[in-house]
Amino acid sequence: MPSYQAPLRDMRFVLYELHQGAGLSALPGLEDFTPDIIDPVLDEAAKVCEEVLAPLNRTGDEEGCHLENGVVRTPSGFKQAYDLFRDGGWTGLASDPAYGGQGLPKSVNALVEEMICASNLSFGMYPGLSHGAYLALHAHGSDELRDRFLPKIVDGTWAGTMCLTEPHCGTDLGLCRTRAVPQGDGSYRITGTKIFISAGDHDLTENIIHLVLARLPDAPKGIKGISLFVVPKIAVRDDGSLGDPNGVTCGSIEHKMGIKGSATCVLNFDDAVGWLVGEAHKGMRAMFTMMNTERLAVGIQGLGLAEASYQGAVAYARERLQGRSLSGVKHPDKSADPIIVHPDIRRMLLTMRATTEGCRALGGWVARSLDIQHHGEDEAARQEAEDLVVLLTPVVKALFTDLGFEAANLGMQVYGGHGYIRENGMEQYVRDARIAQIYEGTNGIQALDLIGRKLPAHAGRYLRRFFHPVADLIAAKVEDEQLGAFVQPLAKAFVRLQQATGQIARVGLSKPEEAAAAAADYLRLLGLVAVGYMWVRMVEVALPKVGTDADSDGFYRAKLGTARFYMERVLPQSGALFSAIMAGGASMMDFEEAAF
Amino acid sequence: MKVLVAVKRVVDYNVKIRVKADGTGVDTGNVKFTMNPFDETAVEEAVRLKEAGKATEIVVVSMGPQQAQDTIRTALAMGADRGILVGSDTELQPLAVAKLLKAIVAKEQPALIIVGKQAIDDDSNQTGQMLAALLGWPQGTFASKLAIDGERAEVTREIDGGLETIALALPAVVTVDLRLNEPRYASLPNIMKAKKKPIDALTPSDLGVDVTPRLITLKVEEPSRRKAGVKVANVAELVSKLKNEAKVI
Ligand SMILES: Cc1cc2nc3c(=O)[nH]c(=O)nc-3n(C[C@H](O)[C@H](O)[C@H](O)COP(=O)(O)OP(=O)(O)OC[C@H]3O[C@@H](n4cnc5c(N)ncnc54)[C@H](O)[C@@H]3O)c2cc1C
Ligand SMILES: Cc1cc2nc3c(=O)[nH]c(=O)nc-3n(C[C@H](O)[C@H](O)[C@H](O)COP(=O)(O)OP(=O)(O)OC[C@H]3O[C@@H](n4cnc5c(N)ncnc54)[C@H](O)[C@@H]3O)c2cc1C
Repeated sequence: MPSYQAPLRDMRFVLYELHQGAGLSALPGLEDFTPDIIDPVLDEAAKVCEEVLAPLNRTGDEEGCHLENGVVRTPSGFKQAYDLFRDGGWTGLASDPAYGGQGLPKSVNALVEEMICASNLSFGMYPGLSHGAYLALHAHGSDELRDRFLPKIVDGTWAGTMCLTEPHCGTDLGLCRTRAVPQGDGSYRITGTKIFISAGDHDLTENIIHLVLARLPDAPKGIKGISLFVVPKIAVRDDGSLGDPNGVTCGSIEHKMGIKGSATCVLNFDDAVGWLVGEAHKGMRAMFTMMNTERLAVGIQGLGLAEASYQGAVAYARERLQGRSLSGVKHPDKSADPIIVHPDIRRMLLTMRATTEGCRALGGWVARSLDIQHHGEDEAARQEAEDLVVLLTPVVKALFTDLGFEAANLGMQVYGGHGYIRENGMEQYVRDARIAQIYEGTNGIQALDLIGRKLPAHAGRYLRRFFHPVADLIAAKVEDEQLGAFVQPLAKAFVRLQQATGQIARVGLSKPEEAAAAAADYLRLLGLVAVGYMWVRMVEVALPKVGTDADSDGFYRAKLGTARFYMERVLPQSGALFSAIMAGGASMMDFEEAAF
Repeated sequence: MKVLVAVKRVVDYNVKIRVKADGTGVDTGNVKFTMNPFDETAVEEAVRLKEAGKATEIVVVSMGPQQAQDTIRTALAMGADRGILVGSDTELQPLAVAKLLKAIVAKEQPALIIVGKQAIDDDSNQTGQMLAALLGWPQGTFASKLAIDGERAEVTREIDGGLETIALALPAVVTVDLRLNEPRYASLPNIMKAKKKPIDALTPSDLGVDVTPRLITLKVEEPSRRKAGVKVANVAELVSKLKNEAKVI
């Protein structure tokens, strides 16, 4: 079974060297977050993840969750691990200090999230969903609701959920049927059935605070008639103590492909008492404001699992003896050479590595932009950061989860037949990674969001926030003696992206279906260019260090090596994507439906 | 009761040690350092004594390069109250460390000193004993259990063939074994608070101690690689090989 070790060296590279700027602590409100605080936080998070969460990953998968007498029991050890996690203050890592949180910058939180997902995604779902509920309440709840619920969500005494999906509505939430009836005293009675609710019920906390999308009696039809409510599992009295159960029951839990330690629940709301969060009929808008953070978090799930799988695959490839190197025997003393000598194994390992390091860098850029958006002093800089986040959010969500799944699959392949065997732990990463492509808006929907909402907004302003730095870097460095070799492939892919963007902008207005047909390929193309841009920037940082004392462990040399692989072997996929995009959607839409 | 705990910054136990090509030592460039695990146990014990109301203040001392401050911060995040860093870039051998500690004891007047029984880098297992001798204090080494009762400490020691329990009159020196306790994970709020706890910086000359190494390292080399095994045909052959080749029976 692979043993996970948090990639702290690379994380610090991303945090301190790549996206350094003036340093996080230069942002107002983040003065405390100097490396002498961040480093011990990362070290301790790594310890908790490696020593407490990772050992429960396989057992949690085998045992799964069980519904017993209407209550969900999480796998053995989860409760103790949760208590330790909560007592350590980790549930409030990124939360507002006004409610007892630690207020860590997103740039640090994203790295801790990666460690949690890599060591035990199922476990991470519980605090993850609580944080989602926290974000929605924090951004839109009245002071009264915030004071009532937030402190105990932040300190982990209570958990939270996000209840959107219903049997007949997943993507199209406008079809939502759950009803909310005002009681005249400011409260509402909520009735309806929600499905697929992660962490919907469990034995980790004494109460669960559900955030529920429902429809008021006078609601307009469709998506503009949805409101958001907060509904505790157990009533909370005015003094903060727990009252009676509140008409929320778990009807059943799903039997799933992966994340089996995370309970996915059918929740029945039966005249449950709740309160409106934000304005009536503006529930979807309330959801969207927290979406950027949450979608980045889901993208990071893909990244974390890719890293865990990579570590397992590398260790195995060094040990497994099979076949001889085609360039001559490497280990004559052994019955065969370790498979790490084979080109195909290297292709797989480097694809995984280019994914993890590239995505970590890109995720770090988005996280840093979120920090600037929330803490920046300068209005223009804040706006610019927000624009970039808005543009890249669907890209990060879909690209990281797609590449993460592909990487996990490669890791399993490196193990050969042993990758397919459960005890070895590699196939679990594949199963666990798969869901991240589906929930929090399917990846297909992310692509539509990118081309339909993000590209056209403000006459392409969001896109320019990304295109400009890429174009500037290319212009400045394409002739550079050392960097040029890395910049040229980026320049080529960037031209394709620009042309594809032009094509989509042209057809998008008159024939939205044409643009939609290109959406998934376009998102991937943009994503590959974004990661390519990160690779060039990483090379820029690494080059001066190569061959110096700072590189005695070969870290920077390996950066160049992985960058080279990305530029030569991954980024050229932009050519195929470009061709597919330019071919248009007719081959799909002309196909007769009856012929399927 | 004031408790003094000494902590050492060492190469993390997960790191695969590389010997320098010239054989002068171990390559420590770009290598992860953490607190010596035995010292973590010592800090944990001190924090538990404080939580139990037996200790009033915990002072952690580390000696070495500036970065040893991180090691002190780790102890502060676990619950120690303040730190003292004796900065020195020369190699500090057990006798020098014991002398420096003695000088700090003179300033701080602790009733109990807890140190790890050894450090995982040089495995000397000497500092605690030397310190007790220099101070003329009683010592309880290899502690797997520690109970404080008024002016006395009861120490259960791991010795060959079993456990020995001894009583010491305080002030005393206790060196600890890993089985004494399981060190806690530092909580996030405590990590943040640790930054605000004071760390005094001193030098060996402030303390009037000559730290010049007394031992000279001649050569450091990798342990010889294990040779491939052989299959023996029967027990008789095994016995003969053990007797004649391995010369162990
Ligand atoms: C393990 C798990 C955990 C989950 N956790 C939660 C949770 O905590 N809270 C919650 O509310 N929900 C949760 N979900 C639900 C999840 O968010 C939905 O499954 C997801 O949004 C997709 O909805 P659906 O399953 O109804 O699929 P559908 O909406 O039926 O989609 C089916 C397919 O059609 C595509 N599609 C749909 N509409 C369009 C369109 N307009 N254009 C192009 N393609 C389209 C989709 O991309 C998808 O490929 C969870 C689901 C799972 C499996
Ligand atoms: C469910 C299941 C059913 C099976 N059924 C049968 C059966 O009925 N009968 C039977 O005999 N076997 C069976 N097998 C075994 C299966 O055929 C082997 O697992 C498979 O051939 C791979 O061998 P391996 O697992 O030893 O992987 P390895 O050979 O160790 O391969 C590990 C990785 O290294 C790569 N690799 C190895 N050598 C080289 C090379 N020279 N160059 C490049 N790459 C290389 C592989 O492609 C793979 O990615 C089964 C396996 C499973 C999991």
